Amino acid sequence: MNKNRKMSTEKRHRLVGWAFLAPAAILIFVFCFFPMFQAILLSLQSGSGDAAKWTGLSNYIRIWKDKTFWQCLFNTFFYFLVQVPIMLILALVLAQILNNPKIKGKGIFRTMIFLPCATSLVSYSMIFKSLFANDGAVNHLLMNLGLTPVNWFSDSWAARVVIVIALVWRWTGYNMVFYLAGLQNIDYSVYEASYIDGANAFQRFFKITIPLLKPTILLTAIMSTSGTLQLFDESVNLTAGGPGKSTMTLAHYIYNISFVETPKFHYAAALSVFILVMVAILSAIQMKVGDKRE
Amino acid sequence: MSKFKLGISYVILGIASFFSVFPLYYMISGATNSSIDIVRGRMVPGTYLVENFKALIANQNLGLAMANSFRNAVLMTLFTLVVCSIAGYGFEIYHDKGKDILMNILLLAMMLPFVAILIPLFKMFSSWGLVNSWVAFVLPSVSTPFMIMMFRQAARSFPEEIIDAARIDGLSELQIFFRMFVPTMKSTYGAAMTVTFMNAWNNYLWPKVIFQKNESITMPMLVANLKSGYSVDYGMLMLGVLLCTLPTAIIFLCLQKSFANGIMGAVK
Repeated sequence: MNKNRKMSTEKRHRLVGWAFLAPAAILIFVFCFFPMFQAILLSLQSGSGDAAKWTGLSNYIRIWKDKTFWQCLFNTFFYFLVQVPIMLILALVLAQILNNPKIKGKGIFRTMIFLPCATSLVSYSMIFKSLFANDGAVNHLLMNLGLTPVNWFSDSWAARVVIVIALVWRWTGYNMVFYLAGLQNIDYSVYEASYIDGANAFQRFFKITIPLLKPTILLTAIMSTSGTLQLFDESVNLTAGGPGKSTMTLAHYIYNISFVETPKFHYAAALSVFILVMVAILSAIQMKVGDKRE
Repeated sequence: MSKFKLGISYVILGIASFFSVFPLYYMISGATNSSIDIVRGRMVPGTYLVENFKALIANQNLGLAMANSFRNAVLMTLFTLVVCSIAGYGFEIYHDKGKDILMNILLLAMMLPFVAILIPLFKMFSSWGLVNSWVAFVLPSVSTPFMIMMFRQAARSFPEEIIDAARIDGLSELQIFFRMFVPTMKSTYGAAMTVTFMNAWNNYLWPKVIFQKNESITMPMLVANLKSGYSVDYGMLMLGVLLCTLPTAIIFLCLQKSFANGIMGAVK
């Protein structure tokens, strides 16, 4: 009798648990997984509205021949390969310095470096747009130093560099906070022992910090990968994708072909699925690499 | 560590701090100067703030955008806190194999790029006639794996004895959640509030798609509008940027610690 009753309360609690998490789980299924499934279906069709027909992989074949797509893919990968490593290394170095107990005024330094996170993506895009404008602060500084000012937004590479600088500015502090938390879990005596053994700063960085922070580095790398492949606000507001399409990101391109030009939802859906697959592949590679160094 | 190395550390931190703060200083100084002075390279605060404000409200419906952004962000925050905290609690306190599997499946949603589901989502909400409504803004991101994880992590540190004692006292499971868990997890709620409010306030892509009427304009959309046209009024633009940044910056500075704990809490 007693045992029976205990079983039933346990069962009841399990059901209560399901009821508690049901709203959140249903929302994620309805507004994340279901639309993703629909995007895959859309990408296999062509035509508009009810007249849509199954056309197999034709949208994907079209991607192959789309020059703008290749341009956007190149831009996105440029940001990914240049910006993510610079940002993560900077964040690691800053976290390493801030973790030293001898440094005074840590709180102030941390707040200042973390502060860019408080700005919205549109806002900071605008700030950098004015900083790098032809008659903006950066060119004034260059002229004061006796250098020639740069037309940042009319040269493809200069414009890409501005985007990279802006991204590094906005996200370094954010990643630094993750590393600081990770470093707090490492006993500082490990570092003190390394001083006694005569290890230099580089050895400490590569032999202690990086191996012990590996899970955190992996997490930030995956977050940055997915973030970079989704870049939108900066491309739209900082450079408007220009000059030409030389700074346009894939997300910006998808937005344009869905909502700015004549809507090509099916083709846009194929591009979306492509991004999804890329995020998945890149994250899988990073997890593999992260595991190997164990 | 030698004094020399300590000195280098301070120099690096100083440079990093300077570069982090300078663009924000430039924004504040710009908001108080005329466009002509900014273009001439003036970088100290000026006296043009009132004129910039007059130009801004003549050019854009600032009050409306502020009100819309506040309404959207507050509603999003409220619903997110309720839905995700009870879910995180449910996943942890009553965990069993099925729930653990479901959590892993939900975590996959973190990898989904939002652009990838943009079009089906838009079609979904337009077929429901919810375009331009705050419901369409809130629903897709009210429940996020990140927030559920954060509360699940918090529930892990919630002592089982309290739950057992409360059950003996005759509290229902829902009462235990609201009367025992919620009041003891103030810092987690603070962190979740900061993160959600900032994300909702700063969101740009989805509002740009779903809010098509002028009456639904949000602050980031207003700021983006300011750059259109041939000649940009930099003073007005920087004031708009400043006004868009102030609410999140204030929340950020007040709750900085819990914000930092929050973005880390989910990953510990």
